[in-house]
Amino acid sequence: MTPALELAVARRIGEFDLDVAFTVESGISVLFGPSGAGKSLTLALIAGLMRPDAGTIAINGQVVTDCARRTYVTTQKRRIGMVFQDGLLLPHRSALDNVALAVRQASGRQARRAIARSWLERVGAERFADRRPGSLSGGQRQRVALARGLAGEPALVLLDEPLSALGSDVRQELRKLIRGVIMSSGVPAVLVTHDAAEAEELGDVIIAYDHGRVTGTRLVERPECPERPQGAPESTGPV
Amino acid sequence: MTGLVPHSWLNWLGIPPWVWDPLSVSLHAAFEATIVVAIVGSALGFLLAKGRFLGRDAIETVLSLPMAFPPTVVGWYLLTQMGGPGPIRNAEVRLFGHPLTFTFNGIVIAQIIESFPYCLRFSRTAIAGVDPRFEQAARAMGLSRWRTALLVTLPLARRGLVAGVAMAFGRALGDFGATMIVAGSVPMATTMPIALYNAVFYGSHEQAMVLALVQLAVAFAVLLGVSRLGKVRPW
Repeated sequence: MTPALELAVARRIGEFDLDVAFTVESGISVLFGPSGAGKSLTLALIAGLMRPDAGTIAINGQVVTDCARRTYVTTQKRRIGMVFQDGLLLPHRSALDNVALAVRQASGRQARRAIARSWLERVGAERFADRRPGSLSGGQRQRVALARGLAGEPALVLLDEPLSALGSDVRQELRKLIRGVIMSSGVPAVLVTHDAAEAEELGDVIIAYDHGRVTGTRLVERPECPERPQGAPESTGPV
Repeated sequence: MTGLVPHSWLNWLGIPPWVWDPLSVSLHAAFEATIVVAIVGSALGFLLAKGRFLGRDAIETVLSLPMAFPPTVVGWYLLTQMGGPGPIRNAEVRLFGHPLTFTFNGIVIAQIIESFPYCLRFSRTAIAGVDPRFEQAARAMGLSRWRTALLVTLPLARRGLVAGVAMAFGRALGDFGATMIVAGSVPMATTMPIALYNAVFYGSHEQAMVLALVQLAVAFAVLLGVSRLGKVRPW
């Protein structure tokens, strides 16, 4: 089976040196580690928002970055979905429009809006489809951002600390929602967090980061899902 | 030239008929100049804010020169280029059949040159001030560069763009020096500021007061309208 993501990249920014390699299969892979370990930088490299100094990235078997061959697929052509820490919903658009803009598999405004509405229903955000982000709570915004990240049928969805700006009650509620919606969508995900409980609850595989290096990977045991996700790596290192 | 504001409205507003022509010329010329300035200024502002190319600062400086020049100097350059012998005058004759100096179109060109830097500077600053993370989010959604510009960058920069267009309109409406030198004071090509100058010159202080009051009212209405436009549907 083709991995959802194969990555081996190096990037230096000032004194910070990132040099990581890992593979992501189905389910949710969590990049876990302290702030400044290079997790979000890795996500930006996967998304094509930044370029590595060296290395390759392949999404669903398609090479999107290959520094040696000077291959570089632009962000908009990578078929990824992204959920940012603060949502980054377009403030001048309704929740529904925000999601509809990300729909790539349909042409025509009505068709895109219909798909967007179904995604808002899946994340429990259909009630505020017509509201603008400015009038939504943090949790509501992240629900819409999750719908937007998945609505375009991406090959891979990237979540950059999606819950870190929320209160504890909302975080707990949204952890369940994020895991449920991503698993039911079948879209492989890479999620960044520095919260150990969040990593345990959301991840199928935890990839530990420290000082720009992967220090180990671990499979998370789940009572409701005893079998490992397909292709999940064996545990290595202290995670 | 009088089509922008119906005479019945002017009559209802109590504006005397002798003010209608200069008022219409002023509004019409400023309106046409602002349309050109808004389109070209915003597009160039976008290029200067987002583009990385050699000579970017030099281009902005050259296009902003009329801000630092006295309007009469701008007018003199325009007069010599548009009215004197040379390729620009030849092009005018080829296109319009006559030189554009001392015509309504000459006023519009003078106002374009005078008001352009305001729109350019405002739009560049507004577009450069848009949080680039929104544009990154748009790219991650699969939006092309063009769609990102149209659906994300420009709407988020809207307030600055509107302010730039308003400043340009105000500048065009109030221009005296460049317009006076390029178009002089010929019938049907006399703007409000020039009519006011003529009234003072010929000692008609009552007429001057009426013209000044009408200009004050127009400027107030325009700025009020623009500030309301900028507040539409806040986020």
